[in-house]
Amino acid sequence: MAEITLAQALNKAIDEAMAEDAGVFCLGEDVSAKQGGGVFKITSGLTEKYGEHRVRATPISETAIVGAAVGAALAGQRPIAEIMLMNFVGVCMDQIVNHAAKLRFMSGGQTNVPLVIRTTTGVGVGFGGQHSDMLEAWFAHVAGIHVVTPSNAADARGLMRAAIDCNDPVIFIENILCYGLKAEDPGPGYRVPLGKAAVAREGSDISLITYGRTVLDALAVADELAKEGISVEVIDLRTIAPYDEATVLASVRKTGLAITLHEAVRPFGTGAELAANIQEKCWDSLKGPVRRIGGTFSPVPFATVLEQAWIPNKGQIIGQIKAALGKG
Amino acid sequence: MSTIDRAKLLDIYTRTMKVNRTDEKFRSLLMQGKVAVMYYCVRGQELVSAAAMAALTDDDYVVCTYRGQGEQTAKGIPPELWWAECLGKVTGTCKGKGGTMHITYPEKGIMVTTGVVGSGLPIATGLAMASQNNGDGKVTLVSFGDGAANIGGFHEAMNMAQLYKLPVVFLCQNNRYGEHTAFADHTSSESISARAAGYGMRGVLVDGNDVNAVYPAVQEAVDRARAGEGPTLVEAMCYRMMGHFFGADFSYMPKEHLAEMQREDPLPKLRQVMLDHQFSEEELDAIVADIDAEIDGAVAAALAADLPGPEELAIDVFETPLVEAR
Ligand SMILES: Cc1ncc(C[n+]2csc(CCOP(=O)(O)OP(=O)(O)O)c2C)c(N)n1
Repeated sequence: MAEITLAQALNKAIDEAMAEDAGVFCLGEDVSAKQGGGVFKITSGLTEKYGEHRVRATPISETAIVGAAVGAALAGQRPIAEIMLMNFVGVCMDQIVNHAAKLRFMSGGQTNVPLVIRTTTGVGVGFGGQHSDMLEAWFAHVAGIHVVTPSNAADARGLMRAAIDCNDPVIFIENILCYGLKAEDPGPGYRVPLGKAAVAREGSDISLITYGRTVLDALAVADELAKEGISVEVIDLRTIAPYDEATVLASVRKTGLAITLHEAVRPFGTGAELAANIQEKCWDSLKGPVRRIGGTFSPVPFATVLEQAWIPNKGQIIGQIKAALGKG
Repeated sequence: MSTIDRAKLLDIYTRTMKVNRTDEKFRSLLMQGKVAVMYYCVRGQELVSAAAMAALTDDDYVVCTYRGQGEQTAKGIPPELWWAECLGKVTGTCKGKGGTMHITYPEKGIMVTTGVVGSGLPIATGLAMASQNNGDGKVTLVSFGDGAANIGGFHEAMNMAQLYKLPVVFLCQNNRYGEHTAFADHTSSESISARAAGYGMRGVLVDGNDVNAVYPAVQEAVDRARAGEGPTLVEAMCYRMMGHFFGADFSYMPKEHLAEMQREDPLPKLRQVMLDHQFSEEELDAIVADIDAEIDGAVAAALAADLPGPEELAIDVFETPLVEAR
């Protein structure tokens, strides 16, 4: 099988879903062929196949984009709305939090919102303070939304299909720095179930629990430490919320030590929730406190040197692992 | 005389009185302390919602607000389900999980009732977008207040709806108040409907107390939407004859204006139209008596119904029930 990039994987998953189900359609700023098929080209080629009604280029109106997607989903369609960059979700938060997430519950199950909101972000591209945040914790904190992010091209294809299939709203976070990652193309119809984590690398000394781009750092660190005889288990959550608690707890019960790692800032981050839950449920197996690694608690800076200092780096991860193992 | 045919007039009259009697009943239950829930009165606005709903088919979609009793009743939610929901009972439309501000009943096209001002308009454009995508011929009507017209989502939805020529009717019930703030104190333009021009949209201003104004305007907007001619912004001038919600202070509403607006009360005017069309007093009274009997039965059943059990907290959050509420 051929290799594909993560960006191509997303495009293929959407294309395939649109071919199979006439109710699947895309909407967002610049998404149609006229504007070049999306800022990051995720929807390129789709207008030609499915027409402008199913690849709707919208005005710069995030509230109307997500609101329209909610309405269309209520009417039984499966919209895929693109919010160009994650920082702009603030503009349409009401539609996501008060409507998409809650309509199933508030209607007593009479209606549902099968909606995918695709959005992109990532630290390390020099976009500065208003285009780089990882805001997954905002959504993980709201009951009724699935929060998903892939760390590799194969998962991207499978998770996108599962997100489109899902009868609940899904926030699908794409890290710009991951778009070029390549993997074997898992092929048409491939699905990765939502809510299922991957053991990205097995290990026995410590569990490193992460998702998205930092999975790459975690795997690189695990490779490096293996040479020193330290065995790191890497858990890729894939679905951040509601997450695969069973896989996380099983890993920690096995290794007895855990570190959470994400690009989002550490205070009040998803790592805090993971750590607290692990501490409550695996207290008997833990050999030390659960540690958390996250981005620096400041806006994402512009200067490359500052941006690199902001983001959790491999040295930090290695340092924390060794400290946890008493080898610091 | 009216251009509306007799059968339609009777339909509108019946819907209007259902809305009015439901409102009266709710207020009387609240006043007697028999129920204690938030209720947003629709006294003075009954005709607007009834006439608007009479212009739609059962299958057409409606999005409304916390002050949506009129649309909900007039669109045909069965009273026993509606009352049970308002009283938080498991037999309600939404199993008691929505409540007065969040009534949903897709069977009659009531898709969303939102408590967030102005949020319904973008959602309505989406329902209409789905209809345009799949060619089902449905029209979506979204009802909102004059205050909502100052929310960003209003402008985004107007622009988008006109851009795509979506089959949607924007119905602004201008009851002259946004909570405690009078219309002129929150809106820079003379009317809401005049804003339609800014989006290249058709805007219509009507007297919401006159059946001969409201119904034809909404019907024309619905017909145009169904024919693919795009959205219309209909603004119906009416008056909120009570406070923002039941029990709320309304000392800020000038007494002289209230008295003046009471002379414009849509209900006696509608009754006169009916009499002019040779409906008899007895006929009209009998309709109201039947409505009252139905409402009394629905209220009694709702009061006697069961409350939802705590297991409901884990259900309908996601498609798959939560194993453990985190
Ligand atoms: C976004 C938002 N802001 C504020 C409120 C509080 N609030 C509830 S109703 C209301 C007044 C709305 O007035 P209008 O849109 O004219 O509708 P009406 O109540 O007159 O039917 C306000 C400010 C809210 N629910 N949502």
